[in-house]
Amino acid sequence: MSDVVKFRFDVDGSDFSSAGAASVTVKKKLRQLGYSPDVIRRVSIAMYEGEINMVIHANGGIAEVEASDDKIVIVLADKGPGIPDVELAMQAGYSTAKDHIRNLGFGAGMGLPNMIKYTDDLRIDTVVGEGTTITMTVLI
Amino acid sequence: MKISEIGKLLDAELLAGEEHLDSEVISACCSDMMSDVLAYVKDQGVLITGLINSQVIRTANMMDMICIVFVRGKRPTPEMVELAEECGIAVMCSEKRAFEASGILYAAGLSHSGGH
Repeated sequence: MSDVVKFRFDVDGSDFSSAGAASVTVKKKLRQLGYSPDVIRRVSIAMYEGEINMVIHANGGIAEVEASDDKIVIVLADKGPGIPDVELAMQAGYSTAKDHIRNLGFGAGMGLPNMIKYTDDLRIDTVVGEGTTITMTVLI
Repeated sequence: MKISEIGKLLDAELLAGEEHLDSEVISACCSDMMSDVLAYVKDQGVLITGLINSQVIRTANMMDMICIVFVRGKRPTPEMVELAEECGIAVMCSEKRAFEASGILYAAGLSHSGGH
């Protein structure tokens, strides 16, 4: 496994029923590549939370995953509204999701805290009105 | 506890994953909030829920759960059942309410933690 393996997905923001599909595919691919169950679980949960966020808040975007020997990097880029107060968004339990999202089982304000919990590094580049790029790294 | 026993205890109908009936699970989680499942579940093999959407299956897949019990007579769509088959997850439906289903399984020996 010396090469870097890359995956790219267009995350459709118009159809909630497909939200999370890219993460399911990544999980399957990482299994095929022989990563440990712990690494696979951390990557897939973090990516899944981010992917759901992109659909809920930003009308979708692009998800890219780079898997190599020493780390897996997940980049989620959207052209959504941006995050006005990142510190507030990071707080467990804080959410701007509307009731119809809660009815779908999401929007408890645990997404970003969970992404931090399961990754070794998380960077948020966000500009209000332009979009957000989240870069997460899981070390092997 | 075997997955087949969960089906019997809850008088549930199996919709997917017949090949998993002999798989053993030791703990379960009951929630309609997938956010909470993602945040709090650790090593639970069974998800008990009344929520119907594809994210239930995907969330269980992310958490390495191997069985989903839909309660309150809720039935997953054919697309959800197909997705569960793909993900290797057993799916069953029970008429029992979430509290009762959880209580029956707890009394029969399933715990809320991984049991390690």
